[in-house]
Amino acid sequence: MTSQTVNNNNLRMRLKRRWEALMANRKVLPILVLVGFVLSFVVPQYNLIGPYYQLILMYVGINIIMTVSLNLINGYMGEFSVGHAGFMAVGAYIAALLTMYVWPQNMVAWLFPLTVIIAGLGTALVGLVVAVPSFKTRGDYLAIVTLAFLFIVKSLVENIEAIGGPRGIPGIDRLTTLPWVFFWTVLALWVTRNFIYSNFGRGVLSIREDEIASDLMSVNSRQVKVLAFLVSSFFAGVGGALFAHLLQFISPRVFDIIKSTDFLIMVYLGGIGSIAGSILGATTYTILLEVLRPLQVWRFVLMPLMLVFLMIYRPRGIMGLREFRWFVPGYELLATKLSKKPKVEVTDAAAD
Amino acid sequence: MLLQINRLTKYFGGLLAVSDFTLDLNTGELVGVIGPNGAGKTTVFNLITGVYRPSEGSVVFDGQNIVGKSPDRITASGIARTFQNIRLFNDLTVLDNVRIAAYHQMRYNSFEAMFRVGRFNKEERGYIDYAMNLLEFFKLENYAGEFARNLPYGLQRRLEITRAMATKPKLLLLDEPAAGINPNEIDQLMEFIQWIRQEFKLTILLIEHQMRLVMGICERIKVLDFGATIAEGTPLEVQNNPKVLEAYLGEGAEQ
Repeated sequence: MTSQTVNNNNLRMRLKRRWEALMANRKVLPILVLVGFVLSFVVPQYNLIGPYYQLILMYVGINIIMTVSLNLINGYMGEFSVGHAGFMAVGAYIAALLTMYVWPQNMVAWLFPLTVIIAGLGTALVGLVVAVPSFKTRGDYLAIVTLAFLFIVKSLVENIEAIGGPRGIPGIDRLTTLPWVFFWTVLALWVTRNFIYSNFGRGVLSIREDEIASDLMSVNSRQVKVLAFLVSSFFAGVGGALFAHLLQFISPRVFDIIKSTDFLIMVYLGGIGSIAGSILGATTYTILLEVLRPLQVWRFVLMPLMLVFLMIYRPRGIMGLREFRWFVPGYELLATKLSKKPKVEVTDAAAD
Repeated sequence: MLLQINRLTKYFGGLLAVSDFTLDLNTGELVGVIGPNGAGKTTVFNLITGVYRPSEGSVVFDGQNIVGKSPDRITASGIARTFQNIRLFNDLTVLDNVRIAAYHQMRYNSFEAMFRVGRFNKEERGYIDYAMNLLEFFKLENYAGEFARNLPYGLQRRLEITRAMATKPKLLLLDEPAAGINPNEIDQLMEFIQWIRQEFKLTILLIEHQMRLVMGICERIKVLDFGATIAEGTPLEVQNNPKVLEAYLGEGAEQ
C-alpha cells in the first residue's frame, strides 16, 4: 500500500519533470506549427474528420485572428473598441467584391492570397479613421467613437445598392481552405507577438499604464497608436476576407453589434494582453457556441451570464496579462531569469 | 545657458496658474523652486515638458524654442522628469519600465519589428543591455523581472529616477523627490541627488517642500506664491526674505 503510494508519487514526479522539460523546450512550438500545417493539408485531403468539424476548425482560426487583433487594442493598449465587426465587414466586402466582380472568374482561386492581402490593406486604411480620434480621446469616449464607426459602416453598406444593399452579396466562391486559415492564423499571432515584444509594443503597453508618463518617457504615442490600429485592422480585414469566402454569403446584418460583442467576449474570456489568452478565448467560445447549439436561444442567455461571472471573478480573463512561455521571445525570458537569480540565492542562504 | 524661460504664463480658463515665470539655468546648476501648495510649481514643470501649452512666454532649451513641441519630442531633446506622486508603469516589469524610456533611441522601423528582420534583433538585445546597465548602476538589477507595483516605496522612487535617466537627459526635473520619505533619509537623498548630478553631468531643477533638502543642496532658489515669483536668490537670502516668511507662515509672522 505504502510502496504503491511511493511509486505513484515517483511516477507523478517523473511526469511532472517530463512536462516541465517539454514546456522549457523552445523547439516544440515550431515543430507543432509545422505538424499543424501539414495536418491542415492532410485532414481535408483524406477527410480525417468530418466536414462539419473542419468547418468549426476554420471558424476557430478566423476567430483567433479576430481576437488577437482586437486584443491589441483592448488588452495591450487598454482602450475599449466595440467596432471590430466593422473592420471585419470592410475586409469581407473588399474581398468579396474583388472575387465576384474584379478578378477574371477563372483566376479567383489563384488570386485569393492577393485578395486577402488587399482586403487587409484596405481595412488598415480604414483603421486610420479610428486611430485619429484616439489621439485626443480615451476610454469610454473612444468606445463611443468606435460604436459610431460600426454603425456608419453598417448603414453605408446597407445603402449602397451596387454592393447588394441590405440583401448583401450571395454566392461568393468558397476559397477559404484549412491550410489558408492555418497560415493566416499563425501569421497574425506571430506578427502581433513580434510587435508586442518590440519598442512599439512596449509603447502600446505604456499607453495602457499611463499615457502622460509614457509621453514624458519619449514614447511617440501618436505613432504607436496609428501602428496598433493599422496592425489590428489589417488582421481584422484578413479575418473578414477569410470569413466571406467561407460563409459564401455576407450582408450588413452579419456584422452587427452582436458580432463585435462575440469578439469582446473572446478577448475578455481568454485574457487581456495575452497571445495565449486570445487563442484560448477564441477556441473555447467558438466551440462552446457549437456545443450549446441544442439549447437554441437559451445559449444567448447562458453565454452573457458566463461573461458576467467572468467579469466578477476573473476580470482580466483566464490568462489576463500573463503569457505562455513558448510565445515569449527567448532572450526576454533569459533577461528576467538572470535578474531573478541572485534573489533566489539570497533566500536560500537565509533558509540555511 | 541650458534653459531660458521667459515670462511664462498659464491661464486655466480665468484662473491664473503661473504668471511671468522667468528663469535662466546654466549648465551644471542645481536650482530649486519652492512655494506653498497650489503655488503653481508643478504647472511650471508641465509647461516646460509640454504637457500643457503656455498661454504666453517662451521656453528655450539648448538654443531651441520648445514651446508647442509634443512632450515626447521635448523629452527626446534632453529634458527628463519624475513625478510628485510616482507614475511608474505598474503592471510592467522593472526592466520594461526602463526600456520604454529608450523609445527615442530606436532606429529600426515597424516593418523590421513585426517580421524580426534587419536591425531589429541586434538593437533589441542592445536595449536589454542598456537597461540592465542602468539598473545595475542604480542597484536595481535584482528586481529587473519584478513588476513595478511590487517594489517597496523607496525603490519605486529610485526606479522612477532610473527610468528618467534612461532618456539620456541633460536637464532633470525632480518633482518633490522627498515626498513620502522619512526625515532621517533626507541626507541620503541629498547625497544621491549630488551623486547622479556628477555621474551624469546633469543640470537639475527641483521642486520641494522639504526646506532642509532645498536649503541643503540648491545653489539658487525661486519662491512662488499664487503663480507669481515673490523671491529669488541664494538659500540664505531667501530664508531671510520677509515676503517668503509671509507666504509660508502668514502675515505678521515676523512679530
